[in-house]
Amino acid sequence: MTSACPACAAAPLAQEVASGPALQFSLPTIHCAACIGKIERGLRQITGVQDVRVNLSLKRLSVTGPVNPDRVQQTLSDLGFEAYPLDLETLNKARDNVGRALLIRMAVAGFAMMNVMLLSVAVWSGATDATRDLFHLISACIALPVVAYSGQPFFANAWAALRVRRLNMDVPISLAILLATGMSLFETLNGGEHAYFDAAISLTFFLLIGRYMDHQTRSAARSAAKELAALEVHTAERVLADGTETVAVSDIALGDILSVPSGARVPVDGVLMTQSALLDRSFLTGESAAIAAEAGADLQAGEINLAGPIQVRATAVGQDTTLRRMAAMVETAENGRNSYTALADRAAQVYAPAVHLLAFAAFLVWVAATGDIRHALNIAIAVLIITCPCALGLAVPAVTTAAVSRLFSAGFLVKHATALERLAETDQIVFDKTGTLTQPTVIAPDAFTADEKAVGLALAQASHHPLSRAFAVALRDVTPAALTEVQEIAGQGVCANWRGSTVKLGRGAWLGADFDGLGLRMDNTPAKPIEAPEAVRPGVAEALQALNLPAEILTGDNDTPAQRLAKALGLPVTANARPDDKLRHLKDLADRGHHVLMIGDGLNDTAALASAHASIAPGKALDAARTAADVIVLTDSFADLPLILRVAKATQRLSKQNFAIATLYNCIAVPIALAGFATPLAAALAMSISSITVLLNSQRMRYL
Amino acid sequence: MNVLVVLIPISLILGGLGLAAFLWTVRTDQYDDDQGNAARILLDD
Repeated sequence: MTSACPACAAAPLAQEVASGPALQFSLPTIHCAACIGKIERGLRQITGVQDVRVNLSLKRLSVTGPVNPDRVQQTLSDLGFEAYPLDLETLNKARDNVGRALLIRMAVAGFAMMNVMLLSVAVWSGATDATRDLFHLISACIALPVVAYSGQPFFANAWAALRVRRLNMDVPISLAILLATGMSLFETLNGGEHAYFDAAISLTFFLLIGRYMDHQTRSAARSAAKELAALEVHTAERVLADGTETVAVSDIALGDILSVPSGARVPVDGVLMTQSALLDRSFLTGESAAIAAEAGADLQAGEINLAGPIQVRATAVGQDTTLRRMAAMVETAENGRNSYTALADRAAQVYAPAVHLLAFAAFLVWVAATGDIRHALNIAIAVLIITCPCALGLAVPAVTTAAVSRLFSAGFLVKHATALERLAETDQIVFDKTGTLTQPTVIAPDAFTADEKAVGLALAQASHHPLSRAFAVALRDVTPAALTEVQEIAGQGVCANWRGSTVKLGRGAWLGADFDGLGLRMDNTPAKPIEAPEAVRPGVAEALQALNLPAEILTGDNDTPAQRLAKALGLPVTANARPDDKLRHLKDLADRGHHVLMIGDGLNDTAALASAHASIAPGKALDAARTAADVIVLTDSFADLPLILRVAKATQRLSKQNFAIATLYNCIAVPIALAGFATPLAAALAMSISSITVLLNSQRMRYL
Repeated sequence: MNVLVVLIPISLILGGLGLAAFLWTVRTDQYDDDQGNAARILLDD
C-alpha cells in the first residue's frame, strides 16, 4: 500500500484493530459485589479480553479487546447472567452533558448557600449597623453571580413558557428568585434590616436537587432502552450481475433483487424468487408456527428467513412497506399520549396563578393600609418565597426517582416521564400471546442417549428455526457431535452425515414417522418425537393472580393455540386479530371508560402499545415495540409484574402526600408572611424544613 | 471585630477549595457508578 502521508492514519488504525472496540452489555440481573467479582474474573479467562469493567449502578458491562461478542455472551450465560448487547453507536451519541451541567450548577449553589448561611447566622444573632451591612454586602457578592449562573435552567424554562403566554412551575420560582435577589440588593445598598440572599440561594439549590434527580432517572432509563441493540435491518444485500453489494434500506429501488441470508429479516416487501422458503412471521402477525412459502409468494418486510438463503424482488420500498405503514399508525396513536398532563403540571396550573395573585394582593393591601411601598414590596416577596415552591418542585421528582430506581433494581426500565402516573390509573389488561405470554420451548427427552443428544444439538445449531433454537437451549449442557454435509431442507428440517450414517431433525412426516411435531431420526432406527409445547412464560400465572385486574388475550395467532393458552390461564381470548383489530379493540375499551394496560412484544402490537393508556414490553421485543412501550421488562420472568403497578400506585400516593405536606406548610407560613411577621430566618426555616420533609417522605418508596 | 478581616476570607477560601474538589470529582467521572464502588471494597482481588 502506498500512502501520501505514511505517518498519519495507518498507525492508529492498526492499533484500533489490535485492541478492538469496547463492547457493552446490559446485565439486568446483577446486584452485588459477588456478581462483579464473578463476571470480571470469568471474562478475563477469555483469550483476547484486555479489560473488563462492571458498572453496578447502570447494570452494564464493558469489555475491551479483540474478542467475539457471542463468546462473551455465551460465557455470561454460562456464569448464570442474562446479557443483552448494547449498540455502541447510540451509546456514544447519548453522552450526558445536560446532567453534568446540572450537577455543577447544583454544587455551585450548594457552596454559595453554605457561605451565605454562615453570614446570615451572624445577622440573625444580632449583628447591627456597619457589621450587618458588611455581611449583607459580602452575601450579595457571593449570591449575585451564583443566582445568575445556577438559576439559568429555571429562567430559561420560565421564559419559554411566558413567550407562548402560559404559566408553569418555573415562572413563580424565577420570579421569587429574581425579586428576592433584587430587593435584597436594594435593601443592602440602603442599609436595610432584612436581606433574603440566603433564601434566594437555598431555593435555587433545593430546586436544582429536584431537577437533577428528575433528569438522572429519565435519561438513564431512556438511554438504556434505546441502547438495547437494534433488531431491525438497516442494510440489505443487493444482487448485481457480478456478485452482491451492501446498500442502505432507504436506497433500495423497486424491482431490485435482494439476497436475504438465513436468519436475517426481509428488508422490504417483495416477491420470493427462490423455489421455496420458510419464514417466521410471529413479530408481524403473532402466528407461532413457521410459514412455508413457494416461489412467487408475497413477503413482507420484517419476516425472518428461517431456512437457506433466499432472493427477493422488491415490490414496495420506503414509505409503502408494511413496516412503515405500521410505524405511521404508531405515530398517530402516540399523539394522544403526549396530550396527557402530568400531576406536577396540573398542580402548577393551580399553584402559579394563585401565588402571583396572593403576593400581588398582599402588596396592594399593604400599600393601601400603610402607604409604604418599600415595606409592602418586602411583604409581597416574603409571600412569594415562603409559599414553598421548592417543596412543590421536589414533590414529584423525588418520588419518581425513588420509584424508578426501585423498579430498575427489579429489572424494569421506565422510559416515559408520565408512565408511572398512567400505570397507576389502569383498570384493564390486554395481553399479546406469542412472545409475550408464551415462549417457544422444547423439552429434552430423558429417553435420549448421550449420542442422540449430541447429534440433536449439532443439528439444531445448524438451523435458525425457533424450535431448533429452543431445542439447542434445552440441550445446552451437551457437547455437540461433529457432523458433515449439514443441509437444511426448507419447511422440513435439517439432515447431516454423522459417522457414515444419515441423521435427521425435523417434522415427523418428513422423518417417515406417524407424529406431526418435531422429531429426531438416527440412520434407520425409528424416529423419536421431541416434545415442543408452547410454554407459558415463567411467572405469568403468579402475576395474573397478584394483579387481580380484568385481563384478556388479543392475538394474531390461530384459534387452536390461542384457545389452548386461554384455557390454561383462564382468560378470555380473541384470535386472528390483525394490528388494526387490536387498535380498534383498545379504542372500544377506552370509549367505555377503561384505562387499558397493553403488554405485547411484536410489530403487530406496536400500534396498540402506543395507543393504550400505558404499555409494557419484554426486553426481547422488537425495536419498534420497545420504543412504543412505557416500561420494558428486562428479566425473563413476569412474576414481578404486579410490582410495577404497586410501585406506580405508591408513586401517586406519595406524590399527593408531598403536595399535601407542602400545602400544610403554606397554610401555616402564608398567613404569617401576609401579616408581615416573616423574617428571612422564618423564610429559610420554612423552606428547608418543608423540602427535607418532602425528600424524606419520598424515601418511603424503598420499603415497599 | 478586626478578626473578621482574616476569618471571612479564610472561610471563603476553604469553601472554594471544597467546591474546586467537587468540580474535579465531577469532571473525572467519579459519580458514574456509586453502587459499584461501594460493592468493590468487599472484593478480595
